[in-house]
Amino acid sequence: MSKKYQTPLLDELKNGKWPSFVNEIEKAAEKSEMTEDLLGQVEQSYNEKAGHWKHGGMVGVKGYGSGIVGRFSDLPEKYPGVKEFHTIRINQPSGFFYTSDILRKIVDIGEKHASGLFNFHGSTGDIQILGAKTSELETIFQQCVAHGFDLGGSGSALRTPSCCVGMARCAKANYDTMHICYNITQAFQDEMHRPIFNYKFKFKFSGCGNDCTASIARADMSVIGTWKDNIRIDQDMVKEYAKKMNLHKYVLSKCPTKCMSYDENGLKIDDSNCTKCMHCINVMPKALRPGIKGGATILLGSKAPMVSGPRLSMVLVPFYDVAEDAKNDYQWFRDLIEKIWEFWDEYGVSRERIGELIQRVGIGNFIEAIGLEPLPEMVSSPRGNPFVLYEEYVEADEGQGESV
Amino acid sequence: MPDVSGTKRITDVGPHDYHDFLHPVIKNNYGKWKYHELLSAGHMVHVSETGDKIYSVRVGSPRLVSGSFIRNLCDLADKYCGGYLRFTTRNNVEFLLDKEENIEPLMNDIKKLNLPLGGIGNVVANIVHTQGWIHCHTAASDASGVTKSLMDDLYEYYVDAKLPAKVRIAFACCLNMCGAVHCSDIAVLGIHRRPPKLLPDKIVNLCEVPSTIASCPTNAIRPDSYNGKPSVKLIEEACVFCGNCFTVCPGMPIADPLNDGVSIWVGGKVSNARTKPSFSKLAVPFLENDPPRWPKVVEAVKTILDAYKNGAEKGERVGEWIERIGWPKFFNITGFKFTKYHIDDFRLGETTMNYSAQVRQ
Repeated sequence: MSKKYQTPLLDELKNGKWPSFVNEIEKAAEKSEMTEDLLGQVEQSYNEKAGHWKHGGMVGVKGYGSGIVGRFSDLPEKYPGVKEFHTIRINQPSGFFYTSDILRKIVDIGEKHASGLFNFHGSTGDIQILGAKTSELETIFQQCVAHGFDLGGSGSALRTPSCCVGMARCAKANYDTMHICYNITQAFQDEMHRPIFNYKFKFKFSGCGNDCTASIARADMSVIGTWKDNIRIDQDMVKEYAKKMNLHKYVLSKCPTKCMSYDENGLKIDDSNCTKCMHCINVMPKALRPGIKGGATILLGSKAPMVSGPRLSMVLVPFYDVAEDAKNDYQWFRDLIEKIWEFWDEYGVSRERIGELIQRVGIGNFIEAIGLEPLPEMVSSPRGNPFVLYEEYVEADEGQGESV
Repeated sequence: MPDVSGTKRITDVGPHDYHDFLHPVIKNNYGKWKYHELLSAGHMVHVSETGDKIYSVRVGSPRLVSGSFIRNLCDLADKYCGGYLRFTTRNNVEFLLDKEENIEPLMNDIKKLNLPLGGIGNVVANIVHTQGWIHCHTAASDASGVTKSLMDDLYEYYVDAKLPAKVRIAFACCLNMCGAVHCSDIAVLGIHRRPPKLLPDKIVNLCEVPSTIASCPTNAIRPDSYNGKPSVKLIEEACVFCGNCFTVCPGMPIADPLNDGVSIWVGGKVSNARTKPSFSKLAVPFLENDPPRWPKVVEAVKTILDAYKNGAEKGERVGEWIERIGWPKFFNITGFKFTKYHIDDFRLGETTMNYSAQVRQ
């Protein structure tokens, strides 16, 4: 096949050992004329050191306000194939599990009705079908639905929730991440498909403190696995590890609360002082396992820099009994979310994430409004300044005045 | 509107039920896994309380893939895995096998496709990245090109677990950070260095003035009028070049090929193991865009990685290593210049100063 465009700069990126995205675009271009134009436009970007996509535009399918990201070339006469080159976000299955059969069906849709390029996966977790013309959107949507796949979130809406592999293939999972992720996504389809929020809202579910979904940095609500009881110890296996490595140096001294000791009697852990950081379990997976009373810590508020700077999520609920709530279709969790969204809806301003709103109104006002008690687990320390907004006082005239 | 399914138009079916895609061994041992063991950088086994085992073979992908790429994966999954496979949160592919004898032939077939086996354990994990010039309108740099150039150079650290701990590298092509790279061991972040240009005709016709004003982190965008219509003005000296106004208002383009580039950040992590999760900190304020291979970016990342590899103790992440040796030594070893840009002057910036006499002399 003769190339429509000479692309010497992109060709350079076909060299090297790591799989090349340029080869991928070329493979897709063999089947799609529009994708050839993508090569031409990106080569021009490489020459000019500037992108050539116009500011987004409103595109979508009937009944949905999100899930499709409009993308238009700013050089449509030169590269007509990418004049419209929209992204379709398809909600991934929990844990990113697939069969070859279903993957081929998704690929068929993207090759027939779009550029033949995909992201497996987008940053939030969706499968992304790239490069669809506006006229193809409804067809792509309906074909995905026919295979049991729906659109993900975009814009000021609930974004596609995601989770780690959890109990499906991990010994460290303290709750069923895949199940709650699926359940909550199904419960809030309306909030995901019809943007009514101030800005985006993300959930991520990680089964332990290793946080494979990076929820503490990336999710407005981070649900991170923990446990109430004792770390399960196989003392024989601990001894095996002790033969191969210096337990004091690589396990005990790295423990953030120094709650472990090891001698000829074996490993002892003061579980009441363990913060469930996962280090010892990570290093000795055959000897140590989390306890059996699993659940999660719920944290709130993380986000990327826009607008008021990056944030990590902070503790809101120290222990959430996920398995118990699962019996009730996660009703307690759903109620908590609804209360948080109601507060955000009432007091938040446009493009203000929940973390920024809490920063603005104060964590005390926030937890009071959603009906949670202040707890020492929420802070790394109590305040160090005396500027306290006291609400209780005694009226001088009445002597035994009422508190207000 | 085409009615391809031949039935009533259906909406809100939600994600496909994952149970349909689970390997039988995974279904039978759900929640019963006892431990896992790394067999090589691309290969691990999970062992269940029932004695069952599932083998995972991990392969790196460029994330932006063609249909043919996925079909190749599917063919391998059919041949060796009963059709079962999954993806990881860092864009790797995992083949799931219950037959040990299939592992070697699968790995050989993967090598024939020139795909990298690795990404497990103390490796440079696959880089999570954004869309860049391939598909985004606010990109200050390209994502796929920088990622490809870095992974070509760091290939040996992906296929062989030989670092003190895992190193997670992330790339975002603007401050919107769709990849939320701000808690990575090493983050490369596309940046602008000049204020946006104001196109008043576009602003009055295409932009919502209140949300444009609200988009600015430093209140540099103020209300104004243009030809009697509501518009905005910009206090240029207050602008921090974040580009968020362009995200909401097409009338304020900020891309500038002469001044756009990337910055490099180090020492963040999301894991709670040992130390608390933390942000990545500024190491290199600016490197120019230099396509197709961004050699200075690759060199800077390699400098950090080499210093870390030589200096860190076993098990120490990049940020933990720097905390132990101190930031002055980090700048000394890497040769990166410490400048006024490294001192935080944004909100809460003062909390990052050294309020002690603890100084390494």
